[in-house]
Amino acid sequence: MSKKVLGSIIVILIIAVGFYYQFQLSEDNKVKKVGFIYVGPVTDFGWTYEHDQGRKAVVEAFGETVETTYAESVSEGPDAERAITQMARDHDLIFTTSFGYMNPTIKVAKKFKKVKFEHATGYQRADNVATYAARFYEGRHLIGLIAGGMTQTNTIGYIASFPIPEVIRGINAAYLAATSVNPTVEFKIVWVYTWFDPGKEADAAKALIDQGADIIMQHTDSAAAMTIAEEEGIYAFGQASDMIQFGPNAQLTAIIDDWAPYYVERTQALFDKTWESGDTWGGMPTGMVKLADISDDVPKVVVNLVNEAREGILSGDIHPFTGPINKQDGTAWLAEGEVASDGDLLGMDFYVEGVNGVIPN
Amino acid sequence: MFKLQKKEIIDQSSLYTVPLIAIGCSLIFVFILFLLIGKNPILAIFIIFIEPLLSIFGLSELIVKSTPLIIIALGLSIGFRAGVWNIGAEGQYTIGALFGGAAILAFYPNNGIWILPLSFFIAIVGGILWGMIPAFFKARFNTNEILVSLMLTYVATLLLSGMVYGPLKNPDGFNFPESRLFHDSGTLPIIFPGTRAHIGFLIAIILVGLMYYLLKKHKFGYHVRVSGESPRALVFSGRSTNYMVYLSFIISGAFAGLAGVIEVSGPVGQLVPAIPVGYGFTAIIVAFLGRLNPLGIFFAGFLLALTYIGGEAAQIRLGLPNAITGVFQGVLLFSLLAAEAFTNYTISLKKIRGNI
Repeated sequence: MSKKVLGSIIVILIIAVGFYYQFQLSEDNKVKKVGFIYVGPVTDFGWTYEHDQGRKAVVEAFGETVETTYAESVSEGPDAERAITQMARDHDLIFTTSFGYMNPTIKVAKKFKKVKFEHATGYQRADNVATYAARFYEGRHLIGLIAGGMTQTNTIGYIASFPIPEVIRGINAAYLAATSVNPTVEFKIVWVYTWFDPGKEADAAKALIDQGADIIMQHTDSAAAMTIAEEEGIYAFGQASDMIQFGPNAQLTAIIDDWAPYYVERTQALFDKTWESGDTWGGMPTGMVKLADISDDVPKVVVNLVNEAREGILSGDIHPFTGPINKQDGTAWLAEGEVASDGDLLGMDFYVEGVNGVIPN
Repeated sequence: MFKLQKKEIIDQSSLYTVPLIAIGCSLIFVFILFLLIGKNPILAIFIIFIEPLLSIFGLSELIVKSTPLIIIALGLSIGFRAGVWNIGAEGQYTIGALFGGAAILAFYPNNGIWILPLSFFIAIVGGILWGMIPAFFKARFNTNEILVSLMLTYVATLLLSGMVYGPLKNPDGFNFPESRLFHDSGTLPIIFPGTRAHIGFLIAIILVGLMYYLLKKHKFGYHVRVSGESPRALVFSGRSTNYMVYLSFIISGAFAGLAGVIEVSGPVGQLVPAIPVGYGFTAIIVAFLGRLNPLGIFFAGFLLALTYIGGEAAQIRLGLPNAITGVFQGVLLFSLLAAEAFTNYTISLKKIRGNI
């Protein structure tokens, strides 16, 4: 038998057998299919990891009646629209979990009217596109209190990703809380322009330590800075998920994004046919933002302060942005006792008074 | 002791057999890999390599994904044939996207069919300028063009970020780093309604034809070949070696810049920081897999695009890790180089006699 004939037979066999399996695969139509588009790998131990924990919670809650799928490390460029379209063709509900998926999600949603979409951290909605995000600044407020109470050098290092309102809000919240405990605290901010790049994040952490920072906060997704903090014997806060395994001594606590309750709730709404578009901005009261265990190194006084603030946020008595607060240039923003509106928070493009440096533009 | 010896006569059919052998080896490799991670290998290979070819959606997305790969690889192939190593096509692509996108945004919201051709022109100029930098340093100071062009990729990425965060930011975008969406006059027409397949693909086909003509029928192709095989011979034929350096970078820069503007005015439709997604690097694999031959590059571009799209489908439908796509591409390149070594060299186990 010639090689060509043999080759053709193999190819035809693969196609035939493939078809057979494929029909088996697509047989079950009763289950609801819920898909997730991730910007990083599910093993990032940060942002994407927590979204994937949420996906697993959906599996646990609905068992056999739901099938979940995901595509990881989907770039926010031209590939996003294709990945979302691939899912939209046979899914019922799709969560697109990064800001850069906004326009692709809206575009795909126009073509697939029957599919429901949920876009994290965006501001564009449609009849079949809802948005959701978490008030991470509530967590930032708490870690700001700890940092202010713990720093010896009065220098906090901050690894920032992109100068968008979300990140600026986090810096401001942490700064206000830290200075409320210790007015001499100074923030050193490094912009790394990435959400996930362990190399860059580690470099930023080292640079901050060189500048005298003894506590590091981050608004990026990897555990690199935590690892550096552990090596250098300083403190850091976990971001998005509990990073205690990377910094058993270094981690003071971590802001945990818990998407599980929201994902379960929205999937339930899909089953109940009560799913509606809307915007959800959940925080600590709804369980979307949590704090990991606080390290034993944190003095009792500070822990009490944090617990008090946490109770206040949970009950709604405390809002991290309560006046009087001035903008960095000295102009007034919030008057005495005034609470920031969600609109102001969502579009925040300024530092509060006292933060050094300029927001890159 | 192993000994590699260059064959004096190389079988001409190796032009076709080498890539096919490499593809076959890579398939066997991933087959075993799928078995090892407990996935049905036949189903996985079917979903990755066959299924995208069976639907309008799959085919149209293949067109979208392969267009920039083919165009960039065509440009690179000239330099690679001539022995000029432009590794920074990604940067030239990014600059093309930035220049072209900025031109489109500058004319927002004016209408006119001249907007796209003008932005294409500006993007090509941008790509050429960015390619001129390593070419100039190579020609003038004999620096290594691999390093300079590669490093400029990172500069280009930061330049794009800076512009998208600053002057080109969407004024209604809540300070998020994105330009506004291009208006209709700044968006490429779609070939098949309901898909993303745009006329950039037709441009790619025309360029394949053009390159084929230039290399086979024109004096230009002769210079390129001579330069790669013997730089001194090029000098005797009346051209300086710097001529080839500049020419290679002009062509690859222009092609990469063109691919950039096609991508932003086609499937993306706006400027975002995530425009550079590695097409400039993948195109290097495409160029070599296509044996630096325009037609070969066309098919190689399709194959690589297939691995992306199929890999994504396999992720969603079978839960395969995303890394499979990268693994397959890596194994493919490795097999290709290995297969090429075996066809161009003989390996003997004999003891080496005397001095070589």
